[in-house]
Amino acid sequence: MAQIPSAEARAGLKLISPTAIYVILLLAVPLATVLVYSILTGSRGNVSLPITGENYAELWSRPVYGYIMLKSLLVALTVTFITVMLAYPVAYFVSFHVKPERKSLWLFLITIPFWTSYIIRVSLWFVILGYDGVVDSTLMSLGFMDTQLNIASYSILSIIIVLAHAYAPFAVLPIFVSLEKVDRSLLEAGQDLGESRWSTFLRVTLPLSMPGVIAAALIVFIPTVGDYVTPELVGDGKEPMIANLIETQLLKLANFAQGSAFAVASMLMVGIVSVVFVLLNRRFIGGQK
Amino acid sequence: MKNAPFLRSYTLFYLLFLYGPILLLPIFAFNDSRVVAFPLQGFTTQWFAEMAADQNLRNAAKNSLIIALSVASISTVLGIFAARASVRYRFPGKGPILGMVMLPLVLPEMIVAMALLVVLLSIGIPLSLFTVILGQVLICTPFAVAILTSAFQSLDRSLEEAALDLGETPLSTFRLIVLPLVMPGIMASFLICFTISFDEFIIANFLGSGQPILSVYIFGQFRFPAKVPSMLALGTVLVLFSIILLGFAEYMRRRGIAKAGGKDSGGFL
Repeated sequence: MAQIPSAEARAGLKLISPTAIYVILLLAVPLATVLVYSILTGSRGNVSLPITGENYAELWSRPVYGYIMLKSLLVALTVTFITVMLAYPVAYFVSFHVKPERKSLWLFLITIPFWTSYIIRVSLWFVILGYDGVVDSTLMSLGFMDTQLNIASYSILSIIIVLAHAYAPFAVLPIFVSLEKVDRSLLEAGQDLGESRWSTFLRVTLPLSMPGVIAAALIVFIPTVGDYVTPELVGDGKEPMIANLIETQLLKLANFAQGSAFAVASMLMVGIVSVVFVLLNRRFIGGQK
Repeated sequence: MKNAPFLRSYTLFYLLFLYGPILLLPIFAFNDSRVVAFPLQGFTTQWFAEMAADQNLRNAAKNSLIIALSVASISTVLGIFAARASVRYRFPGKGPILGMVMLPLVLPEMIVAMALLVVLLSIGIPLSLFTVILGQVLICTPFAVAILTSAFQSLDRSLEEAALDLGETPLSTFRLIVLPLVMPGIMASFLICFTISFDEFIIANFLGSGQPILSVYIFGQFRFPAKVPSMLALGTVLVLFSIILLGFAEYMRRRGIAKAGGKDSGGFL
């Protein structure tokens, strides 16, 4: 390794420095601050020395923290599972049954809803699922029901429906990309060797597209587990998830130390689940050799 | 493997599910009833008039425009620096720096917002539209970098070398050769960042100190049933606006690829 940075290295560093300085000051430093705050002694609106493990002990001893984390984890995993299962056939259809020149049009159609106001989409569900909303009034005027279903009152169920809808387009793209990479001649080989279409899919296409499935799962899981708007609006605030608890701790109670500890613990949980996903992915890639 | 009637109809159903709620927007925005429910009650443009007359909403829209234009400009400029450096040069610390830039893509937004908020409160910077801009730039820059990296990658290096050989300075080469060729990428990045910022809620809500910002305002209004129809009218306008912007961004992206002589290989990202 050269001791003196080459001209190329200096030019590159100089060029990237504005962006680098920006993210260091506004992202790296704040994240480090949260990490430090989580081991300091907290009082209302303030933190001070000495260093303590009490914030984490508090997380461990009060079941409400564990409950909310577990609930967020389960909701996010359910949403991830539903989203990926629903998206796979769509990605498969676009990759295998759409003419190449039409593919980007289909993808564009699938991604448009994602780019339209998230707040509006979530709020719409509130109107659709709520008491006497679109679902209730439709079912009642068609004569299927004589009382309101009011699905929105089943907080967890409605949170899952809304999140699965909100993040659906996220899942299609990575699966599509991995399906595009599947060598079509392998499929012909499989069928020439007497496999049925279904078993070719199970033994060739599906394993080869697993990296895309895992990537899709990750892309859906991360924003879902940290979602703030949906539990607040659709769940009526009755079923807070991680983000809502962080808000309560940091803003409403102004307990910076405790809030930071919870934020760090949540990041850790998200990190661990992500690593598990990535390891699963490694295994599949390793299996392809 | 040509026709797959089952898969095709499933995909169409899936699209219907994706678009369902959005399709309800115009239906109920023109419906002559404060209650959002079937059966429909007749046609009216009253909700659009109510929306247009709402002074708070105009303020919020103005603030959102200021924020979105600033965020899109700053993110795109930061994106140009990072994308150009990462495509063109090798340098120590490249991986970690780019990783840090792209980190907000894999971090729950709430964590980014809260970390920044804690620091701002601790050093006593008052919350304002400016702090919202600071935060949203973090969220938008990864998208700008992703779009611009592919724009810079499809650039033919020999064109630059030719310009330099013909006596242009590095700066004038960048202005005369590189910039025009990546311009569609820059436009696409600007439009995408604008759209993301305009819709963004978490940072606008927590770093905005209660200033009226469109997404925050919408979030608040949906709690009052009487306000819902005019919000649906607003939603209709916003969705149309987004689709026009995105259509334009997609057009720019394709033109950029065509200009650089590449082949189209799918949508954004």
